[in-house]
Amino acid sequence: MAWTWFHRFGSPPHVYRLAARLTPWFAWPAALCIAAGLWGGLVLAPPDYQQGDGVRILYVHAPSAWMSLMVYTTMAVAAAIGLIWRIKVAHAVAASCAPIGASFTFAALVTGALWGEPMWGTYWEWDPRLTSELVLLFLYLGYMGLRAGIEDTQRADRASAVLAVVGVVNVPIIHYSVTWWNSLHQAPSVMRMDKPAMPPSMLLPLLLMLLGFTLLFVALLLVRLRGEVLARERAASWIREVVSV
Amino acid sequence: MSSFFDMGGYAAFVWPAYAVTLAVVFLNVFWARRALARSRAEARRRLQMQGEPS
Repeated sequence: MAWTWFHRFGSPPHVYRLAARLTPWFAWPAALCIAAGLWGGLVLAPPDYQQGDGVRILYVHAPSAWMSLMVYTTMAVAAAIGLIWRIKVAHAVAASCAPIGASFTFAALVTGALWGEPMWGTYWEWDPRLTSELVLLFLYLGYMGLRAGIEDTQRADRASAVLAVVGVVNVPIIHYSVTWWNSLHQAPSVMRMDKPAMPPSMLLPLLLMLLGFTLLFVALLLVRLRGEVLARERAASWIREVVSV
Repeated sequence: MSSFFDMGGYAAFVWPAYAVTLAVVFLNVFWARRALARSRAEARRRLQMQGEPS
């Protein structure tokens, strides 16, 4: 029973159709959460007693940074599964993650810089958190560059998967950088052992944005995955059914 | 209303941060759909090259 389920998950036509069916179930809730989160973050949440309205950058910065790490972790796990069990669909998942992760890492760096200037007095500092996040951007770009440089999809899958798996060591480094080293960046306020260090009026919009971005990631992944699965299939009869107009 | 746009003097930082993030969100939607459309067009082209009736 469990085995058939696993087998179906690796079957390209099943994955293609399932992804198409599931996409709206993630995309629309994502849009709702993000819209509500933006309203909450920009209008309902109170200004900070020290940072004033500057604190509102939190509601776009933290979700972008969360995406950068969550997407990379997903990519590395999928790449490892693809390497170990030689599952094409797993490689397709990993390849789908990279552009999404890279763009949100960029957003995290830019919004961080825009928050850093008024609060720390600098857009950029070679600080452990900032530097390791920049390394993450280069890992994503390296992964995409490596894939683009290899013509054969199977070889590109395997080579880029090794890079993705090795690069995952950077994820805990980013997360713990603020506790391991003396960083300009503040320590986690939400993802910590005791209860979150902010009032519900701030926490709720933040959680809505985090949830919205996570749902958006799944929706984007499902759309991209279909394209990647198609690109890996040669002359399979199911393709005619799904691409005919 | 003007105090909303002024963001307590932080307008020059808050609004660009929101603009960049939302641009990334919408670009992702656009890029993902474009990638899928290209793969579908490519698959259709491959089928036609095999001389199959489409």
